[in-house]
Amino acid sequence: MTRKWRGAVVPVTLLVLAEIYCFATNLESDSLARPSDIAVAAVQALLDGEILRSTAQTLWAAAAGLGIGFTIGLSVGVLLGLFAIFNDLMEFSIEAFRPIPSVALIPVAMLLLGFGYGMEISIVAFATTWPILILTRAAISGIEPRLIEVARALRFGLFARIWKIVLPAALPRIFVALRLAIGVALVVAVTVEISSNPLGLGYAMMSAQQSLHPDLMFALLFWTGLVGWAVNAGLLQLQRRFFGPAAAVEVLP
Amino acid sequence: MKRLFRNPGRFIRFILSFFVGAFFIYLWQLCADLRLVSPVFLPGPDRAWAALVNGLMRGELGHQILGTVERMLYGWVLASLLGVALGAMIGISKVAREYLTPTLDWIRPMPASAIVPVAISLLGLTDAMVLAIISFGALWPMLLATVHGFAAVEPRLHEVSRALGLSRWSVVWKIALPNAMPDILAGMRIGLTVSLILTVVGEMLGSRDGLGFAILLAARSFHSADLFAGVILFGIIGYISGQLMSLAERHLLRWRQRG
Repeated sequence: MTRKWRGAVVPVTLLVLAEIYCFATNLESDSLARPSDIAVAAVQALLDGEILRSTAQTLWAAAAGLGIGFTIGLSVGVLLGLFAIFNDLMEFSIEAFRPIPSVALIPVAMLLLGFGYGMEISIVAFATTWPILILTRAAISGIEPRLIEVARALRFGLFARIWKIVLPAALPRIFVALRLAIGVALVVAVTVEISSNPLGLGYAMMSAQQSLHPDLMFALLFWTGLVGWAVNAGLLQLQRRFFGPAAAVEVLP
Repeated sequence: MKRLFRNPGRFIRFILSFFVGAFFIYLWQLCADLRLVSPVFLPGPDRAWAALVNGLMRGELGHQILGTVERMLYGWVLASLLGVALGAMIGISKVAREYLTPTLDWIRPMPASAIVPVAISLLGLTDAMVLAIISFGALWPMLLATVHGFAAVEPRLHEVSRALGLSRWSVVWKIALPNAMPDILAGMRIGLTVSLILTVVGEMLGSRDGLGFAILLAARSFHSADLFAGVILFGIIGYISGQLMSLAERHLLRWRQRG
Protein backbone atom coordinates (compact mmCIF):
# COMPACT_ATOMS: atom_id res chain seq x y z
CA MET A 1 0.00 0.00 0.00
CA THR A 2 2.60 2.56 1.07
CA ARG A 3 4.86 1.33 -1.74
CA LYS A 4 2.26 2.21 -4.32
CA TRP A 5 1.94 5.76 -3.07
CA ARG A 6 5.67 6.47 -3.16
CA GLY A 7 5.41 7.17 -6.87
CA ALA A 8 2.98 10.00 -6.18
CA VAL A 9 5.26 11.79 -3.71
CA VAL A 10 7.47 13.53 -6.27
CA PRO A 11 4.78 14.92 -8.62
CA VAL A 12 2.54 16.01 -5.74
CA THR A 13 5.42 17.76 -3.97
CA LEU A 14 6.36 19.54 -7.19
CA LEU A 15 2.78 20.70 -7.73
CA VAL A 16 2.45 21.96 -4.15
CA LEU A 17 5.79 23.78 -4.39
CA ALA A 18 4.76 25.39 -7.69
CA GLU A 19 1.46 26.48 -6.15
CA ILE A 20 3.20 27.96 -3.09
CA TYR A 21 5.78 29.71 -5.29
CA CYS A 22 3.09 31.27 -7.47
CA PHE A 23 1.09 32.31 -4.43
CA ALA A 24 4.10 33.80 -2.64
CA THR A 25 5.37 35.78 -5.63
CA ASN A 26 1.85 36.67 -6.76
CA LEU A 27 2.75 35.44 -10.21
CA GLU A 28 1.45 37.36 -13.21
CA SER A 29 3.02 35.74 -16.23
CA ASP A 30 2.35 35.10 -19.89
CA SER A 31 4.36 31.92 -19.87
CA LEU A 32 3.77 30.24 -16.51
CA ALA A 33 0.58 29.49 -14.63
CA ARG A 34 -0.52 28.42 -11.17
CA PRO A 35 -1.31 24.70 -10.91
CA SER A 36 -4.79 25.53 -9.60
CA ASP A 37 -5.43 27.80 -12.60
CA ILE A 38 -4.25 25.02 -14.88
CA ALA A 39 -6.73 22.64 -13.25
CA VAL A 40 -9.54 25.17 -13.68
CA ALA A 41 -8.60 25.69 -17.35
CA ALA A 42 -8.54 21.94 -17.88
CA VAL A 43 -12.00 21.46 -16.39
CA GLN A 44 -13.37 24.37 -18.41
CA ALA A 45 -11.92 23.10 -21.69
CA LEU A 46 -13.20 19.62 -20.92
CA LEU A 47 -16.69 20.94 -20.19
CA ASP A 48 -16.99 23.06 -23.32
CA GLY A 49 -15.76 20.11 -25.37
CA GLU A 50 -12.72 21.84 -26.83
CA ILE A 51 -10.22 19.33 -25.47
CA LEU A 52 -12.33 16.37 -26.52
CA ARG A 53 -12.75 17.74 -30.04
CA SER A 54 -9.00 18.29 -30.51
CA THR A 55 -8.26 14.89 -28.99
CA ALA A 56 -10.64 13.26 -31.43
CA GLN A 57 -8.94 15.06 -34.35
CA THR A 58 -5.47 13.99 -33.25
CA LEU A 59 -6.52 10.40 -32.58
CA TRP A 60 -8.35 10.14 -35.90
CA ALA A 61 -5.37 11.38 -37.88
CA ALA A 62 -3.01 9.11 -35.94
CA ALA A 63 -5.30 6.08 -36.40
CA ALA A 64 -5.85 6.64 -40.12
CA GLY A 65 -2.11 7.12 -40.74
CA LEU A 66 -1.33 4.07 -38.66
CA GLY A 67 -3.88 2.03 -40.60
CA ILE A 68 -2.13 2.84 -43.88
CA GLY A 69 1.36 2.44 -42.44
CA PHE A 70 0.44 -0.85 -40.79
CA THR A 71 -1.05 -2.29 -43.98
CA ILE A 72 1.97 -1.36 -46.10
CA GLY A 73 4.52 -2.29 -43.44
CA LEU A 74 2.91 -5.63 -42.70
CA SER A 75 2.49 -6.74 -46.29
CA VAL A 76 5.99 -5.69 -47.37
CA GLY A 77 7.45 -7.09 -44.13
CA VAL A 78 5.81 -10.48 -44.71
CA LEU A 79 7.06 -10.56 -48.28
CA LEU A 80 10.62 -9.65 -47.29
CA GLY A 81 10.62 -12.02 -44.33
CA LEU A 82 9.41 -14.98 -46.38
CA PHE A 83 11.53 -14.57 -49.50
CA ALA A 84 15.20 -13.87 -48.90
CA ILE A 85 15.60 -12.78 -52.52
CA PHE A 86 13.19 -9.86 -52.15
CA ASN A 87 14.90 -8.88 -48.95
CA ASP A 88 18.28 -8.76 -50.68
CA LEU A 89 16.94 -6.84 -53.66
CA MET A 90 15.18 -4.23 -51.54
CA GLU A 91 18.01 -3.72 -49.06
CA PHE A 92 19.49 -0.65 -50.71
CA SER A 93 16.13 1.06 -51.31
CA ILE A 94 14.98 0.50 -47.73
CA GLU A 95 18.22 1.69 -46.21
CA ALA A 96 18.11 4.76 -48.45
CA PHE A 97 14.54 5.75 -47.54
CA ARG A 98 14.31 4.80 -43.89
CA PRO A 99 16.67 7.41 -42.39
CA ILE A 100 14.65 10.35 -43.75
CA PRO A 101 13.22 12.01 -40.62
CA SER A 102 9.43 12.02 -40.98
CA VAL A 103 9.12 15.70 -40.05
CA ALA A 104 11.35 16.65 -42.98
CA LEU A 105 8.42 15.53 -45.14
CA ILE A 106 6.10 18.13 -43.58
CA PRO A 107 7.00 20.78 -46.21
CA VAL A 108 6.64 18.19 -48.99
CA ALA A 109 3.20 17.12 -47.75
CA MET A 110 2.25 20.78 -47.30
CA LEU A 111 3.15 21.51 -50.91
CA LEU A 112 1.48 18.42 -52.38
CA LEU A 113 -1.61 18.14 -50.18
CA GLY A 114 -2.09 21.45 -48.40
CA PHE A 115 -3.14 21.69 -44.76
CA GLY A 116 -5.63 19.26 -43.29
CA TYR A 117 -6.02 15.61 -42.50
CA GLY A 118 -4.40 14.49 -45.77
CA MET A 119 -0.91 15.74 -44.99
CA GLU A 120 -0.98 14.64 -41.37
CA ILE A 121 -2.21 11.15 -42.24
CA SER A 122 0.38 10.68 -44.95
CA ILE A 123 3.25 11.72 -42.68
CA VAL A 124 2.02 9.42 -39.90
CA ALA A 125 1.74 6.63 -42.48
CA PHE A 126 5.34 7.18 -43.62
CA ALA A 127 6.63 7.25 -40.05
CA THR A 128 4.78 4.11 -38.92
CA THR A 129 5.53 1.99 -41.99
CA TRP A 130 9.20 1.52 -41.04
CA PRO A 131 8.97 0.09 -37.52
CA ILE A 132 6.17 -2.27 -38.63
CA LEU A 133 8.09 -3.36 -41.72
CA ILE A 134 11.39 -3.94 -39.94
CA LEU A 135 9.89 -5.72 -36.93
CA THR A 136 7.53 -7.87 -39.03
CA ARG A 137 10.44 -8.91 -41.19
CA ALA A 138 12.45 -9.81 -38.09
CA ALA A 139 9.48 -11.65 -36.57
CA ILE A 140 8.97 -13.74 -39.68
CA SER A 141 12.58 -14.64 -40.25
CA GLY A 142 12.64 -15.67 -36.58
CA ILE A 143 9.91 -18.28 -37.05
CA GLU A 144 10.86 -21.82 -36.16
CA PRO A 145 11.98 -23.32 -39.53
CA ARG A 146 10.27 -26.62 -38.74
CA LEU A 147 6.91 -24.87 -38.92
CA ILE A 148 7.68 -23.87 -42.50
CA GLU A 149 8.65 -27.47 -43.22
CA VAL A 150 5.32 -28.60 -41.81
CA ALA A 151 3.57 -26.19 -44.15
CA ARG A 152 5.54 -27.62 -47.05
CA ALA A 153 4.74 -31.20 -46.01
CA LEU A 154 1.06 -30.30 -45.88
CA ARG A 155 1.38 -28.83 -49.38
CA PHE A 156 -0.06 -25.49 -48.35
CA GLY A 157 -0.31 -22.83 -51.02
CA LEU A 158 1.36 -19.48 -50.42
CA PHE A 159 -1.80 -17.89 -49.04
CA ALA A 160 -2.58 -20.77 -46.68
CA ARG A 161 1.03 -20.82 -45.55
CA ILE A 162 0.93 -17.14 -44.63
CA TRP A 163 -2.54 -17.26 -43.09
CA LYS A 164 -2.28 -20.53 -41.17
CA ILE A 165 1.36 -20.75 -40.17
CA VAL A 166 3.38 -17.55 -40.61
CA LEU A 167 1.05 -14.90 -39.24
CA PRO A 168 -0.09 -16.86 -36.15
CA ALA A 169 3.53 -17.71 -35.31
CA ALA A 170 4.68 -14.12 -35.71
CA LEU A 171 1.59 -12.53 -34.15
CA PRO A 172 2.96 -11.77 -30.66
CA ARG A 173 5.94 -9.88 -32.06
CA ILE A 174 3.79 -8.15 -34.67
CA PHE A 175 1.63 -6.92 -31.80
CA VAL A 176 4.70 -5.50 -30.08
CA ALA A 177 5.52 -3.74 -33.35
CA LEU A 178 1.98 -2.38 -33.50
CA ARG A 179 2.23 -1.10 -29.95
CA LEU A 180 5.45 0.76 -30.73
CA ALA A 181 3.97 2.12 -33.96
CA ILE A 182 0.92 3.46 -32.14
CA GLY A 183 3.27 5.42 -29.90
CA VAL A 184 5.11 6.72 -32.96
CA ALA A 185 1.79 7.64 -34.63
CA LEU A 186 0.66 9.75 -31.68
CA VAL A 187 4.00 11.51 -31.38
CA VAL A 188 4.22 12.26 -35.10
CA ALA A 189 0.59 13.46 -35.27
CA VAL A 190 1.12 15.92 -32.40
CA THR A 191 4.43 17.05 -33.91
CA VAL A 192 2.86 17.75 -37.31
CA GLU A 193 0.09 19.71 -35.58
CA ILE A 194 2.55 21.74 -33.56
CA SER A 195 4.77 22.59 -36.47
CA SER A 196 2.17 23.39 -39.10
CA ASN A 197 -1.18 21.66 -39.36
CA PRO A 198 -4.13 23.61 -37.88
CA LEU A 199 -5.81 20.59 -36.24
CA GLY A 200 -5.90 18.67 -33.01
CA LEU A 201 -4.13 18.85 -29.66
CA GLY A 202 -0.83 20.16 -31.00
CA TYR A 203 -2.46 23.11 -32.69
CA ALA A 204 -4.65 23.80 -29.64
CA MET A 205 -1.48 24.00 -27.55
CA MET A 206 0.22 26.33 -30.01
CA SER A 207 -2.74 28.66 -30.19
CA ALA A 208 -3.09 28.70 -26.39
CA GLN A 209 0.56 29.74 -26.23
CA GLN A 210 0.17 32.39 -28.92
CA SER A 211 -2.93 33.87 -27.31
CA LEU A 212 -1.04 34.05 -23.97
CA HIS A 213 -3.10 31.49 -22.11
CA PRO A 214 -0.39 29.57 -20.25
CA ASP A 215 -2.99 27.89 -18.02
CA LEU A 216 -4.76 26.32 -21.00
CA MET A 217 -1.42 25.49 -22.63
CA PHE A 218 -0.22 23.53 -19.60
CA ALA A 219 -3.64 21.91 -19.22
CA LEU A 220 -3.38 20.65 -22.81
CA LEU A 221 0.20 19.52 -22.23
CA PHE A 222 -0.80 17.40 -19.23
CA TRP A 223 -3.82 16.10 -21.10
CA THR A 224 -1.64 15.07 -24.04
CA GLY A 225 0.63 13.24 -21.62
CA LEU A 226 -2.41 11.54 -20.10
CA VAL A 227 -3.72 10.43 -23.50
CA GLY A 228 -0.31 8.99 -24.44
CA TRP A 229 -0.03 7.24 -21.11
CA ALA A 230 -3.56 5.80 -21.29
CA VAL A 231 -3.09 4.45 -24.81
CA ASN A 232 0.24 2.89 -23.88
CA ALA A 233 -1.07 1.37 -20.65
CA GLY A 234 -4.13 -0.05 -22.40
CA LEU A 235 -1.99 -1.66 -25.09
CA LEU A 236 0.39 -3.14 -22.52
CA GLN A 237 -2.61 -4.61 -20.73
CA LEU A 238 -3.90 -6.14 -23.98
CA GLN A 239 -0.47 -7.52 -24.76
CA ARG A 240 -0.19 -9.17 -21.35
CA ARG A 241 -3.73 -10.52 -21.58
CA PHE A 242 -3.50 -12.07 -25.04
CA PHE A 243 0.14 -12.90 -25.60
CA GLY A 244 1.73 -13.11 -22.17
CA PRO A 245 5.37 -14.13 -22.23
CA ALA A 246 5.31 -14.72 -26.01
CA ALA A 247 5.53 -10.96 -26.56
CA ALA A 248 7.84 -10.27 -23.66
CA VAL A 249 10.80 -9.79 -26.02
CA GLU A 250 11.14 -6.04 -25.83
CA VAL A 251 12.44 -4.54 -29.06
CA LEU A 252 13.89 -1.08 -29.30
CA PRO A 253 12.56 0.79 -32.32
CA MET B 1 33.12 -2.78 -47.00
CA LYS B 2 35.95 -5.26 -46.48
CA ARG B 3 33.44 -7.91 -45.51
CA LEU B 4 31.58 -7.28 -48.76
CA PHE B 5 34.58 -8.17 -50.87
CA ARG B 6 35.44 -11.24 -48.86
CA ASN B 7 32.01 -12.63 -49.57
CA PRO B 8 31.29 -12.33 -53.29
CA GLY B 9 27.68 -13.56 -52.96
CA ARG B 10 26.91 -10.71 -50.61
CA PHE B 11 28.66 -8.23 -52.85
CA ILE B 12 26.64 -9.30 -55.90
CA ARG B 13 23.42 -9.08 -53.92
CA PHE B 14 24.34 -5.58 -52.80
CA ILE B 15 24.99 -4.51 -56.40
CA LEU B 16 21.66 -6.01 -57.48
CA SER B 17 19.80 -4.18 -54.71
CA PHE B 18 21.57 -1.02 -55.81
CA PHE B 19 20.14 -1.49 -59.31
CA VAL B 20 16.67 -2.01 -57.85
CA GLY B 21 17.10 1.33 -56.07
CA ALA B 22 18.21 2.92 -59.35
CA PHE B 23 15.09 1.50 -60.97
CA PHE B 24 12.89 3.23 -58.38
CA ILE B 25 14.67 6.50 -59.11
CA TYR B 26 14.02 5.89 -62.79
CA LEU B 27 10.31 5.43 -62.02
CA TRP B 28 10.37 8.75 -60.16
CA GLN B 29 11.98 10.37 -63.21
CA LEU B 30 9.31 8.81 -65.43
CA CYS B 31 6.54 10.18 -63.19
CA ALA B 32 8.05 13.64 -63.45
CA ASP B 33 8.68 13.46 -67.19
CA LEU B 34 5.17 12.27 -67.95
CA ARG B 35 3.86 15.06 -65.71
CA LEU B 36 1.68 12.76 -63.66
CA VAL B 37 2.14 15.39 -60.96
CA SER B 38 2.67 19.00 -61.94
CA PRO B 39 6.41 19.90 -62.04
CA VAL B 40 5.60 22.80 -59.71
CA PHE B 41 5.03 20.21 -56.95
CA LEU B 42 7.15 17.25 -57.98
CA PRO B 43 10.59 17.76 -59.54
CA GLY B 44 12.30 14.84 -61.24
CA PRO B 45 15.46 13.43 -59.66
CA ASP B 46 17.43 15.33 -62.31
CA ARG B 47 16.15 18.72 -61.12
CA ALA B 48 16.49 17.77 -57.43
CA TRP B 49 20.09 16.69 -58.08
CA ALA B 50 20.84 19.89 -60.00
CA ALA B 51 19.43 21.95 -57.11
CA LEU B 52 21.54 19.96 -54.67
CA VAL B 53 24.77 20.45 -56.62
CA ASN B 54 23.96 24.09 -57.28
CA GLY B 55 23.25 24.80 -53.61
CA LEU B 56 26.44 23.07 -52.53
CA MET B 57 28.50 24.98 -55.12
CA ARG B 58 27.14 28.32 -54.00
CA GLY B 59 27.94 27.36 -50.42
CA GLU B 60 24.59 28.20 -48.93
CA LEU B 61 23.54 24.57 -48.51
CA GLY B 62 26.85 23.75 -46.82
CA HIS B 63 26.25 26.57 -44.40
CA GLN B 64 22.74 25.32 -43.62
CA ILE B 65 23.86 21.71 -43.22
CA LEU B 66 26.52 22.85 -40.79
CA GLY B 67 23.99 24.84 -38.76
CA THR B 68 21.59 21.91 -38.55
CA VAL B 69 24.20 19.28 -37.72
CA GLU B 70 25.78 21.55 -35.13
CA ARG B 71 22.44 22.16 -33.43
CA MET B 72 21.55 18.48 -33.49
CA LEU B 73 24.90 17.44 -32.01
CA TYR B 74 24.94 20.08 -29.26
CA GLY B 75 21.46 19.09 -28.15
CA TRP B 76 22.30 15.41 -28.34
CA VAL B 77 25.55 15.69 -26.39
CA LEU B 78 23.89 17.80 -23.71
CA ALA B 79 21.04 15.30 -23.45
CA SER B 80 23.47 12.37 -23.35
CA LEU B 81 25.50 13.85 -20.49
CA LEU B 82 22.42 14.76 -18.46
CA GLY B 83 20.57 11.56 -19.30
CA VAL B 84 23.41 9.21 -18.41
CA ALA B 85 24.31 11.10 -15.21
CA LEU B 86 20.72 11.36 -13.95
CA GLY B 87 19.90 7.85 -15.14
CA ALA B 88 22.90 6.44 -13.27
CA MET B 89 21.90 8.24 -10.08
CA ILE B 90 18.34 6.96 -10.29
CA GLY B 91 19.35 3.50 -11.50
CA ILE B 92 21.78 2.58 -8.73
CA SER B 93 19.46 3.57 -5.90
CA LYS B 94 16.47 1.38 -5.24
CA VAL B 95 14.79 4.10 -3.21
CA ALA B 96 15.14 6.70 -5.96
CA ARG B 97 13.68 4.20 -8.44
CA GLU B 98 10.65 3.57 -6.27
CA TYR B 99 9.92 7.27 -5.94
CA LEU B 100 10.66 8.30 -9.52
CA THR B 101 9.74 5.42 -11.83
CA PRO B 102 5.97 6.14 -11.90
CA THR B 103 6.63 9.77 -12.83
CA LEU B 104 9.10 8.73 -15.53
CA ASP B 105 6.65 6.16 -16.89
CA TRP B 106 4.04 8.86 -17.17
CA ILE B 107 6.36 11.16 -19.11
CA ARG B 108 7.73 8.40 -21.38
CA PRO B 109 4.86 8.21 -23.93
CA MET B 110 4.54 12.02 -24.03
CA PRO B 111 5.37 13.43 -27.47
CA ALA B 112 8.68 15.26 -27.09
CA SER B 113 7.46 18.01 -29.36
CA ALA B 114 4.59 18.83 -26.95
CA ILE B 115 7.18 20.77 -24.96
CA VAL B 116 7.67 23.17 -27.89
CA PRO B 117 4.89 25.65 -26.97
CA VAL B 118 6.18 25.83 -23.39
CA ALA B 119 9.74 26.38 -24.59
CA ILE B 120 8.61 29.11 -26.98
CA SER B 121 6.68 30.94 -24.30
CA LEU B 122 9.61 30.75 -21.87
CA LEU B 123 12.54 31.37 -24.20
CA GLY B 124 11.02 32.99 -27.29
CA LEU B 125 12.04 32.17 -30.85
CA THR B 126 15.74 31.87 -30.10
CA ASP B 127 18.61 29.43 -30.56
CA ALA B 128 18.35 28.67 -26.84
CA MET B 129 14.75 27.54 -27.37
CA VAL B 130 15.76 25.18 -30.19
CA LEU B 131 18.61 23.77 -28.11
CA ALA B 132 16.29 23.36 -25.12
CA ILE B 133 13.68 21.36 -27.02
CA ILE B 134 16.29 19.15 -28.69
CA SER B 135 18.05 18.28 -25.47
CA PHE B 136 14.85 17.94 -23.47
CA GLY B 137 13.28 15.64 -26.03
CA ALA B 138 16.39 13.52 -26.51
CA LEU B 139 16.94 13.30 -22.75
CA TRP B 140 14.14 10.82 -22.02
CA PRO B 141 15.14 7.84 -24.13
CA MET B 142 18.67 8.05 -22.73
CA LEU B 143 17.55 8.57 -19.16
CA LEU B 144 15.12 5.65 -19.25
CA ALA B 145 17.59 3.34 -20.98
CA THR B 146 20.31 4.23 -18.47
CA VAL B 147 17.99 3.65 -15.51
CA HIS B 148 17.09 0.26 -16.96
CA GLY B 149 20.71 -0.66 -17.60
CA PHE B 150 21.84 0.26 -14.10
CA ALA B 151 18.88 -1.44 -12.47
CA ALA B 152 19.34 -4.72 -14.34
CA VAL B 153 22.73 -5.75 -13.00
CA GLU B 154 23.09 -9.51 -12.56
CA PRO B 155 22.73 -10.13 -8.77
CA ARG B 156 25.77 -12.41 -8.74
CA LEU B 157 27.93 -9.50 -9.90
CA HIS B 158 26.82 -7.62 -6.80
CA GLU B 159 27.91 -10.58 -4.73
CA VAL B 160 31.26 -10.61 -6.49
CA SER B 161 31.77 -6.94 -5.77
CA ARG B 162 30.90 -7.48 -2.13
CA ALA B 163 33.36 -10.37 -1.92
CA LEU B 164 36.06 -8.18 -3.47
CA GLY B 165 35.24 -5.40 -1.03
CA LEU B 166 34.80 -2.82 -3.79
CA SER B 167 33.78 0.70 -2.84
CA ARG B 168 30.44 2.05 -4.09
CA TRP B 169 32.19 4.22 -6.64
CA SER B 170 34.19 1.38 -8.15
CA VAL B 171 31.06 -0.78 -8.27
CA VAL B 172 29.45 1.90 -10.41
CA TRP B 173 32.52 2.40 -12.55
CA LYS B 174 33.67 -1.21 -12.98
CA ILE B 175 30.45 -3.22 -12.88
CA ALA B 176 27.29 -1.17 -13.30
CA LEU B 177 28.48 1.14 -16.09
CA PRO B 178 29.87 -1.58 -18.41
CA ASN B 179 26.74 -3.59 -17.70
CA ALA B 180 24.52 -0.66 -18.65
CA MET B 181 26.57 0.22 -21.74
CA PRO B 182 24.44 -1.68 -24.31
CA ASP B 183 21.30 -0.01 -22.94
CA ILE B 184 22.94 3.41 -22.85
CA LEU B 185 24.12 3.08 -26.45
CA ALA B 186 20.67 1.93 -27.58
CA GLY B 187 19.19 4.95 -25.79
CA MET B 188 21.74 7.24 -27.40
CA ARG B 189 20.80 5.90 -30.83
CA ILE B 190 17.13 6.70 -30.26
CA GLY B 191 18.17 10.02 -28.78
CA LEU B 192 20.07 10.86 -31.97
CA THR B 193 17.00 10.19 -34.12
CA VAL B 194 14.86 12.28 -31.77
CA SER B 195 17.45 15.10 -31.91
CA LEU B 196 17.34 15.22 -35.69
CA ILE B 197 13.53 15.31 -35.68
CA LEU B 198 13.38 18.05 -33.06
CA THR B 199 16.08 20.03 -34.85
CA VAL B 200 13.84 20.15 -37.90
CA VAL B 201 10.79 21.12 -35.82
CA GLY B 202 12.74 23.73 -33.86
CA GLU B 203 14.23 25.32 -36.96
CA MET B 204 10.86 25.45 -38.71
CA LEU B 205 9.11 27.08 -35.76
CA GLY B 206 11.96 29.27 -34.59
CA SER B 207 12.98 30.37 -38.11
CA ARG B 208 16.60 29.51 -37.33
CA ASP B 209 19.14 29.44 -40.13
CA GLY B 210 19.37 25.77 -41.08
CA LEU B 211 18.23 23.04 -43.39
CA GLY B 212 14.85 22.58 -41.68
CA PHE B 213 13.90 26.22 -42.15
CA ALA B 214 15.36 26.19 -45.66
CA ILE B 215 13.05 23.39 -46.84
CA LEU B 216 10.06 25.13 -45.25
CA LEU B 217 10.91 28.31 -47.18
CA ALA B 218 11.44 26.32 -50.37
CA ALA B 219 7.97 24.75 -49.98
CA ARG B 220 6.34 28.11 -49.30
CA SER B 221 7.88 29.66 -52.40
CA PHE B 222 7.14 26.58 -54.55
CA HIS B 223 10.82 25.80 -55.18
CA SER B 224 10.14 22.10 -55.24
CA ALA B 225 13.61 21.16 -56.52
CA ASP B 226 15.31 22.88 -53.56
CA LEU B 227 12.78 21.24 -51.24
CA PHE B 228 13.56 17.75 -52.49
CA ALA B 229 17.29 18.45 -52.41
CA GLY B 230 16.87 19.35 -48.72
CA VAL B 231 14.89 16.19 -47.99
CA ILE B 232 17.60 14.10 -49.68
CA LEU B 233 20.20 15.81 -47.51
CA PHE B 234 18.16 15.01 -44.41
CA GLY B 235 18.12 11.38 -45.46
CA ILE B 236 21.91 11.49 -45.83
CA ILE B 237 22.36 13.14 -42.42
CA GLY B 238 20.11 10.51 -40.84
CA TYR B 239 21.94 7.69 -42.60
CA ILE B 240 25.43 8.89 -41.70
CA SER B 241 24.59 9.53 -38.06
CA GLY B 242 22.98 6.08 -37.79
CA GLN B 243 26.05 4.44 -39.33
CA LEU B 244 28.42 6.31 -37.01
CA MET B 245 26.32 5.16 -34.08
CA SER B 246 26.53 1.52 -35.25
CA LEU B 247 30.29 1.89 -35.60
CA ALA B 248 30.57 3.25 -32.06
CA GLU B 249 28.36 0.45 -30.75
CA ARG B 250 30.48 -2.21 -32.43
CA HIS B 251 33.65 -0.63 -31.12
CA LEU B 252 32.49 -0.09 -27.54
CA LEU B 253 30.80 -3.45 -27.18
CA ARG B 254 33.64 -5.58 -28.58
CA TRP B 255 34.06 -7.33 -25.24
CA ARG B 256 30.54 -8.57 -25.46
CA GLN B 257 30.81 -10.36 -28.80
CA ARG B 258 34.05 -12.03 -27.79
CA GLY B 259 32.64 -13.27 -24.51
